[in-house]
Amino acid sequence: MIRAVVSALLVAAATPAAAQTIAIVNGLVATGDGSGPVQGATVLLRDGRVVAAGQGVRVPPDAQVIDASGKWVTPGIVAGFSRLGLADVDLGANGADDTSARNGPFSAAIDVAPAINPLYTPIAVNRADGVTRALVAPATAKSIFAGQGAVIDTGADMDAVTKARAFQFVELGETGANDAGGSRASAHILFRNALREARELSRYAQPVRSAREGTPDERSLPVVRNPNESRVYGPEARRSEDVLLTRFDAAALVPVLQGRQYLLVHVERASDILQVLDLAREFSSLRIVLVGASEGWLVADRIARSGIPVIASAVNDLPASFEQIAATQSNVGRMLAAGVKVSIGMIDDNDTRQLFNERQYAGNLVGLTKVPGATGLSWGEALAAITSGPAKAIGMGGQIGSLTPGAHGDVVIWSGDPLDTRSAAEAVFIDGVRQPLETHQTRLLERYRYLPRRDLPEAYRY
Amino acid sequence: MVLNRKLSAAALAAFSLASCAAFAPPKKNAPAIHINEDPYPSTYVAYPGVPTAIRGATVFDGEGGQIANGTVILADGKVQAIGGPDLPVPAGVQVIDGTGKFVSPGVIDVHSHLGDYPSPGVESLSDGNEATSPVRPEVWAEHSVWPQDPGFSRALVNGGVTTLQILPGSANLFGGRSVVLKNVPARTVQGMKFPGAPYGLKMACGENPKRVYGSKGNMPQTRMGNIALARETWIKAVAYKRKWDKYYAKGGDMPERDLAMDTLKGVLEGKILVHNHCYRADEMANMIDMSKEFGYHITAFHHAVEAYKIADLLRDNGICAVMWADWYGFKMEAYDGIKENIPLVHNAGACAIVHSDDPNYIQRLNQEAAKALADGQRAGIPNLSEAVAWQWLSYNPAKALGIAERTGSLKPGKMADVVLWNADPFSTYARPERVWIDGALMYDANDPKRRPVSDFELGQPGEGDVK
Repeated sequence: MIRAVVSALLVAAATPAAAQTIAIVNGLVATGDGSGPVQGATVLLRDGRVVAAGQGVRVPPDAQVIDASGKWVTPGIVAGFSRLGLADVDLGANGADDTSARNGPFSAAIDVAPAINPLYTPIAVNRADGVTRALVAPATAKSIFAGQGAVIDTGADMDAVTKARAFQFVELGETGANDAGGSRASAHILFRNALREARELSRYAQPVRSAREGTPDERSLPVVRNPNESRVYGPEARRSEDVLLTRFDAAALVPVLQGRQYLLVHVERASDILQVLDLAREFSSLRIVLVGASEGWLVADRIARSGIPVIASAVNDLPASFEQIAATQSNVGRMLAAGVKVSIGMIDDNDTRQLFNERQYAGNLVGLTKVPGATGLSWGEALAAITSGPAKAIGMGGQIGSLTPGAHGDVVIWSGDPLDTRSAAEAVFIDGVRQPLETHQTRLLERYRYLPRRDLPEAYRY
Repeated sequence: MVLNRKLSAAALAAFSLASCAAFAPPKKNAPAIHINEDPYPSTYVAYPGVPTAIRGATVFDGEGGQIANGTVILADGKVQAIGGPDLPVPAGVQVIDGTGKFVSPGVIDVHSHLGDYPSPGVESLSDGNEATSPVRPEVWAEHSVWPQDPGFSRALVNGGVTTLQILPGSANLFGGRSVVLKNVPARTVQGMKFPGAPYGLKMACGENPKRVYGSKGNMPQTRMGNIALARETWIKAVAYKRKWDKYYAKGGDMPERDLAMDTLKGVLEGKILVHNHCYRADEMANMIDMSKEFGYHITAFHHAVEAYKIADLLRDNGICAVMWADWYGFKMEAYDGIKENIPLVHNAGACAIVHSDDPNYIQRLNQEAAKALADGQRAGIPNLSEAVAWQWLSYNPAKALGIAERTGSLKPGKMADVVLWNADPFSTYARPERVWIDGALMYDANDPKRRPVSDFELGQPGEGDVK
């Protein structure tokens, strides 16, 4: 596998993406914006970005043309909530799991970006199945704050991080209660105290400003400075005596408090959701995104009124815990129908590895439209829930998970309907670069598909 | 019958005691008293059904056959007939138009922990692993099953699961007995037990036992420890069986009963089927040799992530491989999981089975089979089709549970365990529309009252909701 990846890297280096113009023509194209697929459309990529997508797009003479007749073409899947790239193996494989820091002193200050390993097997496996970007969150350990998550791509190169410190992740439901010592009440007061400590430090922070570099989209985005470079660590940034957070942790919450960094809040039960809506009113600068929200349908109108986006579990339908008593697969559909901006993530659901299941889940939500009494999604809405939806939730709409002009050139050509699990990714582009689809798994298939003994052991087949 | 046998044995024993006292003949062994092997018998009784014919649907018979525009007739709890559009439907039979829909045997999951690890997943209800000793063949999963687990209903209405095997967990080398259930709600587990289904023994190899006990400084701490302890246990079991064989043959003093050894004796006698949790190819080979060393048969390897590496060995030894479609990497022994595992095992001529081990995946086993089928076809594995793949969902599982003569396919005379799907069940968009168990309609998507609601969910938000 290493060999395969290295050779892929060499190929990528030999043909710089910047020079490429690629036209994917004649496909059944869905842009990920919520609309259905369009017949006979073209997707044009140049310099790693989407130039145009739709019918009647002119193909420049210098373009490399790929015929997608009979195929489906969509933006790459965006794993709405994941731990992709943080672990190669989840259990009992020392050194191969960086999802949480049980014995570390820090919480909110944790930044997952340095822990991402682009060469981990699950990145390749998900890439080969059309997952091109992922929101990667750390998991909590001894604090309600897990730390800062990143947005990554799954490309076969060493530059995985699209956006470091894209969001802070906090647990305010059952897990948060446990992290806080045993109750939700404790979690909430810890949360308020953390914001108090951040507010104190924010006096020493630099004024809010925008980046000068980057694409037009990026220029309008708030910048979260690397906390290691922050002035709030200096000796002049004084703190009260009665603090609970380390200086790094409190400083990491300054951009959250200032609304320069998204705050993903994991809650499931209806009453916990309402508590978060109250927090959003009280601390109006927070840019909150709800994560999980299995009982969201019970308070869907209130979530909708708050305008807070939700990254939900798609098909939770068991009262798996006391915070998911009302769980139903119709949750996502009911929230959407109520006007909630809802997309799909893999919340505590094989979140390091099985992100490719999201398109199956999305398809299941389409299937619900045929079940009497259930509320599902249209095909276009379901695709949006796993492409543009999570991107919009964290302010990256139009950049990833979309075929909007200017977006990252992440495109998948599918053998068929991507929301039907029987379809496969036949070609995957990330930032306009065609990706290798070989994985540890495909190599094993080649080695073992014929078992009869040969002149040399299996170990010599590669 | 069991009761009668017990009574007559007791009567005989009493008679021989009396005769001893009266005539004082030369010392002679008292005849053996047979132990009741079914002390927690099934009380399941099928619910009444309406004679029903489904016409015009695509039918998977479960044994590899497919009928376009098929007809399936159910009555008296049994499949009465299956055929094409010309199959005559007797008068008085309710006819369901299945045009555009699909009919299959009910899905059978051979690996579930519903009831033992129910929802909600709280400590008080966590009853799946008797992780107090690596050798616990004396525990029976049925004694942990909470019939009010809401998961049973989800498996029925979303997954079309009509029969399932509940296994103890895999913390132990010998985890205990399994139980096979009909997915029909009841107040007691006895009320769900599949009548006459043989018991299974859950065994485990690999990481779990060595992690659970090794971390406590106990044996097993290694894979060699796993095997050594299992072998020592089988040596005891063989001796135990010998004692009882002699007793049953010659009578005399009844040997002391050992509940753990009773189960292993049942395995050695072929009455209890071995369901062996085992991921890695090399470990499966070790388990096969161990089974030969002690003279028992392994019915199925569960979670056989590396089955594709030894599919020939599994075929030659008549062992089923019970697999996921695409799980991998959640621990080291799952590192080499590949998406073509199921079709490769099938193609080698071994018995392939799709399983869940999960209260969510059990609701989508048809989709798991669909993924495996599609991956297999893309890899160029020959002779695969939807009808062939349905064997992984019902007939092969029924074989592994020892109930294939009674369910698992739509052969006349078999239990009418049937699903009507609203679309091709290999599509991600398909859902069960109706599910019959023993001919009784247990789920109807069009009838909100024809879906089970567990006691736990009564009066709670979402009671009776679509799930």
